[in-house]
Amino acid sequence: MSLIKQDDRITVDTFLEGIWRENPVFVMMLGMCPVLAVTNSAVNALAMGLATAFVLVASSLLVSLFRNLIPSEVRIATYIVIISTFVTIVDYTMQALSQEVYNALGAFIQLIVVNCIILGRAEACASRNKPLKSMVNAAGMGLGFTLALLCLGVVREILGSGSLFGLPLFGEQFQPWVVMVLPPGGFLVLGGWLLFFEWLKTRKQSLAEGVTHG
Amino acid sequence: MSGRNSTAMIATLGFVTALSGFLIVTVFQATKPAIEENKRLAIQKTVLEVIKGATADKHFIINEKGELREAVPGMKGINVYAGYDAQGKLVGVAAEGSAQGYSGAVDTIYAYTPACECITGIKVIKQTETPGLGDKVITDKNFVANFDKLEAKVNAAGDALANAIVAVKHGAKQHPWEIDAISGATISSKAIAKGLNGSAQEVLPKVVPLLPQIEGAKP
Repeated sequence: MSLIKQDDRITVDTFLEGIWRENPVFVMMLGMCPVLAVTNSAVNALAMGLATAFVLVASSLLVSLFRNLIPSEVRIATYIVIISTFVTIVDYTMQALSQEVYNALGAFIQLIVVNCIILGRAEACASRNKPLKSMVNAAGMGLGFTLALLCLGVVREILGSGSLFGLPLFGEQFQPWVVMVLPPGGFLVLGGWLLFFEWLKTRKQSLAEGVTHG
Repeated sequence: MSGRNSTAMIATLGFVTALSGFLIVTVFQATKPAIEENKRLAIQKTVLEVIKGATADKHFIINEKGELREAVPGMKGINVYAGYDAQGKLVGVAAEGSAQGYSGAVDTIYAYTPACECITGIKVIKQTETPGLGDKVITDKNFVANFDKLEAKVNAAGDALANAIVAVKHGAKQHPWEIDAISGATISSKAIAKGLNGSAQEVLPKVVPLLPQIEGAKP
């Protein structure tokens, strides 16, 4: 019975799910395009993460509010309209806040519309859960995405530009590792992080086995 | 059954798009003044930086007939920004240049100084060139030094430049109208030269006869 009936309770896991166990970048491998493209500095990564998180939370709320009214035949079209509305709002807001960051992120702000994390959340979570639970879950996912982008952005900026959030770290004699801010650097750093998380997981598993058997 | 179904679909989509339209218009109206102010400030800051010694600026538009007009929003024509020093004397004129670079348009604002008939500064306002390589057109001191005094004389007929501005291979600069390219960022260097040449060929012959008028219109 409990398998069929949706669980309405909001637990800590509803929020934490997106940050760790189902992290959209490091576990689900979704939204790779902005992950690799705009993480060449920590500021860009943060702005992109927050923009995506806002769209995620706001569209989850609307989709969840209308979930019983939307006929299933047109649900994807409806979700896309809702998502693109919030992306346009982010687009204008970001231009009003900082022209510099807006120019740096370029087309990737508009491309949040087709970010599969958001459509995925609308389909898998918001269309089946109550508004508050959907929003909590979406906030977790958004935060998880932002943290993942920051993981990449911080490493790439330190290695590739010798600075963090635009502040120089090493002084004049530092020779930046330019490839890190170029597209290949995105793949290298992402690979490094995935390796690290996989190592953590394997270690945790072998420790757990050690406890049961030993 | 199917009739009721399609009514529901149309109603849902209609409602959602109406809501979407309402939200977007609200945000657009709310952010419009801030966005326009941001753009204006960015251009003004660049103009005052690029025209050395300028403390005040004024935005003009040269219309199709080649007449000088003070800029008002919505007016079409060539944008020209005049820079004046503290005494109100015209020190330079700035205009916009744009060309395709390695990975997108490279938009620049450059300063023309009437006293030496040369380009005396350039600022890149928008570029998407490769960080660390193509963006050297902003950071490389030797490259930026090209624009300390780059010749841009208008020819005798007054319809084009006497010598086209071109980028040459690093270290091969011989004439005062040539730009010494950055080795490793030739395409980006050429984009700057192309944008500069394209704009200067068109704008400067129109600006030069209007200089007394611009001088007289000081703020």
